[in-house]
This record gives sequence, C-alpha cells and structure tokens, in this order.
Amino acid sequence: MYTPHTSSDIEAMLRTIGVDTLDDLVRVPDAVALRAPVEVTPQHSEIEIAERFRRFAERTSAGTYTSFLGAGAYRHYVPPVVGAIAMRGEFLTSYTPYQAEVSQGYLQAIYEWQTYIALLTGLDVANASVYDGATALAEGVIMAVNATGRKAVLVSQAVHPNYRAVLRTYAEGLDLAVDELPYGADGRTDLSSLEAALADQRYAAVVVQSPNVFGAIDALPAGVGARIKTTKTVVIGVVAEAMSLAALAAPASWGVDICVGEAQSFGVAMAYGGPHVGFIAATTEHLRRIPGRLVGKSVDGEGRVAYVLTLQAREQHIRREKATSNICTNQAHCALCATIYLAAMGSSGLRDCAALNVARTSELRAKVTAVSGCAARFSGPTFNEFVLRVPGRAADVLRALEEKKILGGLDLGRFYPELDDCILMTATELTTSADVDRLAAALSEITVRAAAHV
Amino acid sequence: MPLPTYDTPLIFESGQPGRANRYLPEGPALETLLPADALRADLPLPDNSELDVVRHFTRLSQKTFGIDTAFYPLGSCTMKYNPRINDAMANTPALRDLHPFAPDHAAQGALAVMWELERALASLFGMAAFSLNPAAGAHAELTALLIAKAYFKQRGETQRNVVIVPDTAHGTNPASAAMVGFKVLSLKSDAQGRVDPDDLRRVVGPDTAVCMMTNPNTLGLFEPRIHEVSDVVHEAGGLMYYDGANANALMGNTRPGDMGFDLMHLNLHKTFSIPHGGGGAGAGPVGVAAHLVDFLPTPVVRANEADGTPSTATGWRESADLTFALDFDRPQTIGTMRSFWSNFAHMVRALAYTYANGGDGLTMVSKLAVLNANYIRASIRDVIDVPYDEINRHEFVASAQTLKRETGVRALDLAKALLDRGYHAPTVYFPLIVPECLMIEPTETESKETLDGFIAAFREIVATAKSDPERVLAAPVNTAVGRIDETRAARQPDLRWRARDSTG
Repeated sequence: MYTPHTSSDIEAMLRTIGVDTLDDLVRVPDAVALRAPVEVTPQHSEIEIAERFRRFAERTSAGTYTSFLGAGAYRHYVPPVVGAIAMRGEFLTSYTPYQAEVSQGYLQAIYEWQTYIALLTGLDVANASVYDGATALAEGVIMAVNATGRKAVLVSQAVHPNYRAVLRTYAEGLDLAVDELPYGADGRTDLSSLEAALADQRYAAVVVQSPNVFGAIDALPAGVGARIKTTKTVVIGVVAEAMSLAALAAPASWGVDICVGEAQSFGVAMAYGGPHVGFIAATTEHLRRIPGRLVGKSVDGEGRVAYVLTLQAREQHIRREKATSNICTNQAHCALCATIYLAAMGSSGLRDCAALNVARTSELRAKVTAVSGCAARFSGPTFNEFVLRVPGRAADVLRALEEKKILGGLDLGRFYPELDDCILMTATELTTSADVDRLAAALSEITVRAAAHV
Repeated sequence: MPLPTYDTPLIFESGQPGRANRYLPEGPALETLLPADALRADLPLPDNSELDVVRHFTRLSQKTFGIDTAFYPLGSCTMKYNPRINDAMANTPALRDLHPFAPDHAAQGALAVMWELERALASLFGMAAFSLNPAAGAHAELTALLIAKAYFKQRGETQRNVVIVPDTAHGTNPASAAMVGFKVLSLKSDAQGRVDPDDLRRVVGPDTAVCMMTNPNTLGLFEPRIHEVSDVVHEAGGLMYYDGANANALMGNTRPGDMGFDLMHLNLHKTFSIPHGGGGAGAGPVGVAAHLVDFLPTPVVRANEADGTPSTATGWRESADLTFALDFDRPQTIGTMRSFWSNFAHMVRALAYTYANGGDGLTMVSKLAVLNANYIRASIRDVIDVPYDEINRHEFVASAQTLKRETGVRALDLAKALLDRGYHAPTVYFPLIVPECLMIEPTETESKETLDGFIAAFREIVATAKSDPERVLAAPVNTAVGRIDETRAARQPDLRWRARDSTG
C-alpha cells in the first residue's frame, strides 16, 4: 500500500466533501455492483515481494547458459552510468512533456536523441521514438501509404519475420496488400523481380532490411534506390540491429527515404522482449507524415533557447480520427537510455563496439563452419550474426546444445520451413573466444553423434 | 521551489574528438573485416568524458519535473507514486537480461510473472483473459478493434464498420478506429455529462461494430446507466469496449466485465504505478470476454498442471506448481502486435505492485483516489466553476470560463501560474466539451497536507487573477524558460542539431 491517509485525515476530508463514508463516494447501481470481493493475491510486505521475485528469478535459468541468440534482441555491454543517470527520479517519473517550461531537460534529451538517430541514419529528421522495431515498420509503411495513396507494399522476405508479422496484422486493419521479394543464395534480397513489380506503380513502398534477418548486409546496390523512386515508390530501410549503424554505410547513402528500426542495442535491456525502443527517421519530404511526438527548438518570450513538442497538428489528441497515427505514449525513457549510452560511448567507443561485433562474429563463423557437417548457409558478408547449416534438424541440434548449457541461436525453421536445418547465430562484444570454442566443441560432439546414428 | 535555470549546451556542442571512455577493448579496423563499400565514411558523434556526460544529464534531469519533484495533478494520466521496489524487481539480472527467444524451459519464472499478472487482471476487471502484448493504451485500442474486426469477419458481418465514441472520449479512440478502417460516430453527452442509452438507441444499427466508453468518463463521472448502454449495443449486435484510462477509480468496487464490456484495455503505466518515464514506455494489456479469447494476439502464456494437463484456472492462482509455455499456435489470432511478447519489465513492476497491495489494498487505492479528487473539488468549488459539481470519481473538471470573462485569465494561465508555485499543471482544454477546462486528478498517493498546499496555491492564484490579472498572465516566471513560441517551432521546424560548417 502506498497511501498516506490516516483515519483522521479520511474523516476530515469526508466532512469537507459532505459525505459520511468512503463507500458513499464509490457507490454504483446494483446492476453493476460487485457480488463478492475480487480474488487476487493477499497483501505482501517488501521483504515478501523480494522473496517472490527471487523465486521467479530462480526459475529463469537462461542466464546460466552461454548464449548465441540475437535476431532482433542483442546482448551488449551497458556501462553502469546509463542506468545510474536514467533512473534519476525526475526523468523516470515525469509525464510526456506537454508543460514545456518545466520539462526543458527531458525535451532537450529527446532533441538530442532525434539528432543522434538523424546522424546515424544520415536522414534529415527522426521522431521521439515508437514502441519497437516492428511497429516502427508498420508506421513507416503507413507513412508511405499516405504519401502515395497506394494500398500495397513490397517487402523483402529477409526482413525480420516478427516485423513482417506485425505489418500483416496492421495491414488487416488498413486493408493493405503485403507482397514479398524472395531472398537469394547469398542471403540477400533477390531483386531480379523488382523491375516487373515496379512496372504498374501499385506499391507504396519497397522494404528491405540491412543487416537483414540472416545477418547479411543487404543495402540496396547503387542506383536501385533511385530507380525505385522514379516510380514514386518510397524506399523503406529497416535496421533491427542499431549497432550496425556505427559501422555500415548510413541508410540514406543507399537510397532510403524512411528508415525504421530498433535501438535496443543502445543501452536498453533485452528484458524478455521489452520495453525496447523503435525509431523512425525520414527525409524532410516526409516530415509531416511522421507519427508520434517530435521535439523542436524554439525560443521563449525573452529569446532564450527553449524546446517544445511541435507539429502536434499531426497527432491524435488534436486531429482525432484524421491523425497520422493513433500513437500517444511512446518509449521516451528507453530513448533517454539510448541517448545517454550514445553520449557515453562516443564516436570512438561505438566504432570499437561495432568492429568487435564483426570480429567476434567472424571468429564464430570460422570456428563453427570448421565443424564437420556444418557450413555457412549464405555466402555474403554479415555484421554480427550469420546462418549456419547443420546436419539434421536445427531444432534437434539446439536441444542437444541446451543440454550442454548452450543457447546456440535461433531455429530458422520456425519462420522459414525451407531453412529447418539452419541456425541464426549471433556474437557481440560480450562473446569470448572461450564461448566460441565451447560451442564449436559441443557442435562437433553432437554432429559426430548424429552421424554415428545414421 | 523552482527548477534550476542554468544553460545546458547540447551534447553535440561539447567534448573533443578522441576523448573516449574505455568501456571496451580497442576494436580492429573495420576495413580489415568488411568490404569498403559496405562501410560508412565517418561517424560524426561527440566524444565526451563520462564525468561530462554525467553532469550533462544530471542537469537535464534537474530541469525536468517529475512526480518525485512535487505534486502532479495531471488529469487522465494517473500520476501516482512509482514505488522503487518495482524497479528493483525489474532489474533482477535473470529477468532483465532474458533474451526473448530463450527456450521456455529456461524462462519459466518470467512466464510465471506474465501468467500471474494476467490472472490477477482477469479477476480484478472481470474479463475471461488478457493479452499482455500491446505496448501502450493506444496500441491496445488498435489491438482490440482488430479483434472486433476479426470477430465480425468470422460471423460474416463485415458491414459492421461504425465505432461509436462519446464526445468526451480520448483522442486515441477515434484515431485507433480510423486505423482499422472503421468510421467514427461521435455521440453527444447529455446535460449530466453522461451517455444517454436512449440517444444511443437512435444511432445503433446493423452497421454498429463497437461502442468505446471510458467509465468513469473523462469528466470524472460514473456512467450510472452503463448496463443499459451495454444492452443497447449488444441488442444491435455490437461490442462494448472499455477504455481503461480511468480504471484507477473502480478497482475492487465494480468490474468492466460486469458492466457488459466485451473488450477492454488497461494502462498499466497509470493504474499499476509504472513510471511514465517522460512519455513511455507504457503497457496496455487487452482483456476480452470468453467469446473473443481465440482472437487474442500471439503469443499467449499457456499453463500446464504438474501432470502436464492444461490448467483451467479461471481466477487468481499462484504459479509455483505450474509449468508454462508461449503459445503461438492459435488459428484465430489477429496476429502479433509488436516485435516481442510484451513490455515484460513493466509486467514485473505491475505484478510487484499487485503483491504490494493485494485485492483489499487495490480496493482501498481506488476509494482513496476518489476521496482525494472530491476533497480538492469541495475545496475550490467556491472560487472556480465546477460544471459537474457532484460526487466525482478519481478526477474532476473545473472551468475557467467565468474567470476568463471577468479577468481575462484562461485555464492555460492558471496552469502556468501553478508551475511558478512548484506544482505541475492539471490537464487543460480536455475534455473538449468543457470550455476552459482544467482536469484535476490527484491520485491516492498524495497526503492531505500536499492537497491542502495545492488548494491554497490554487485559491491564491484565482484571487490574484481577480486583483492583478497581469501577474497571472505573465506566468510562468520562475521556470527555466517562459512561455515558448510554439508557432515558430511549428512554422520553422528545428528538430535536430546540425554541425555549424555543414549546410546539409
């Protein structure tokens, strides 16, 4: 209980109001009155709450495994300074900064976040955040639909399957057709059917992801983005691993008009899937179609620099059903964590981190593809994950690895039936050579055993 | 106590190239690892020492008003105290660092958290089941309307495309309806600020899909004829949707399920004490009645008894003897709404809060929230218009209409004057049907002394407005900046920093 009322407080307040009892304040018609007290847990002291969660933690053993999981959620080093500052009560317990005069600090931090995302993606503007990478994609597609008036979108199959699933859910509401571009032998989007697809100008957007869900660097080749734009089709680039932005060519440089993605890697905990932090960046042309909140810089009556939520005429609380989106709450605090992370890491720290991710993944790839029967499924260069083909079903190999306290990666068969012998493996700056050696040795043992059973 | 006013240059205007913090070992040259054309040419971000980063953000925090700073009576937002034990539990390494693709057997504790919370919510609000998938209230509305759409499609009633929302509704309601292709029909409130079932009867029909209601509504008034409203909508073949933004008013007292609602959402970041964090992350579980359970988004947490048979628990139950799995295989599901399962860290916080209160405590939470709101109403009603001057629930609306006519001081000016006195402002100009509206929601975590301080400040401002209106019109003067040129912000958008020598 977090209520400060003493019984004499309650009595005095009831007297001021002019009623006799608390129940007089909450009376409801008999038809909707509760028949019996609701049944939930009894009240706990803090010590008892902590004990409860100690037991939940005990039943959650994943942290005791060596993990090579990624696929949209990444284990990165988070300097303690991020949590120490982000958890300051003023940040944590403030509401959306509608009262700008008493929210200058948070507004400035969000303006800095918008700047970081703009600089990293190479685009003109970014919003104050959206829920996560998948919903960022859905919102980005809505922007393209509104820009073009077209009701179909062409999405690479190498875009994260969960992102595509969310897009399909939203598409059902929006009455939008979602068509797909296949992936090729190098693990990149196969663009050979693109020309034909563009011919009748029915697509609002072409969507590709880089690095894509197979880890492959899948930036559009030179000239393709420009070609797509000649058909007045929007190029949407997805970035599910924001750390890659520190190393790879900025999305704007390969023709992206709207970049959507996930910035969990910037100092936000994986936390079993959320909260994470989606972002949307775009060229100025699309500025007024961006959903959600935007912080702008202005001045006050005395000419002092002042930050304020702006372009609110796009938003639901003003425009209601004519709004660009229904988004209200976003992920401000996660965006704040990311901003502090980026500030602490700096340009050189981020570069190092991205390079270590590539290096550790290249070591991982070399060692596990050397295991008999295992091979890289795709040929192209990757960032911090890649696809390993294993002898037999990936699900079986992963289960065998789990017995050796290793989470070997994601079974791609869950999403791509034709890849049911493939594991998506991830290494980050936190992956050690010893981890990789353990995995390679375990894989080798499992595949030898499997071969012996054939 | 005003917030500090010192100047804080942007992080991009400080630091020196190469002033790096050694968090990681030095990385290899990227050029040795990847083809040159895949790499970016430069990474123009600032390098600051950790101390400078700490000072920068500490100063920004000091220029930010939170619940931890002072009283925050922001109507419709339920700015209650955010207990620190919740954050500590969410920070448990086994839960905080859990990968969403961890196999179920290695995530049993996390699944138990989700399942227990789901059971508690179903019991508290009278729904058959909840999905923890949606990330926030508006996201939950979208989820629920997609469920409604799928439900009508399955029944072959695709002509149902009208969503009825009272004119007091939150702006997200019509915006969410538009996102699923539904048409919005706005229903005028009656003279008592309520929905009249007879008015509703005239607009429902074979095209009625969903009626979205908030109860208590955004005026802070309980809808006493809610069961009749539900009957009208159900007789027309439509579904009733409960916007849970105001659920803090009724826990343990009455349940949306018993009022006839088929769908609902909760804002856990309001009612269940999750910090708003400057505008998110939130969490918006969606509850449904039995006939809609199959349409819930995936995944849902499935519980099995020790012998492996599916659990059939309908109310609250502890999880210790159960095992859990994420269930993605649900043929009638609307699909999934987000990258991964839920805003899980917030589920931890909400469950910790549920434990801290228990059923009796949550019942008392709502009663005291209502007490606090009515206490403020009763203490300022002689100096400001209170258009619905009766027993309100957890919030009420005042109006500066008469004050404006007499003195020129508007609701916005009162709000700014409160900032000068160290209080956060109420919500202003919402709901739209009350002119010069101030919507005041104190929450249950504020003491009588705090409320008395606010009441005294409010009365003093109104008195000043009458004696010396210019002083109120000039507010705020004690804040980091004064009133901001919003027109300039919108007409010449400056949404990011750019390097001085770049024309970009």
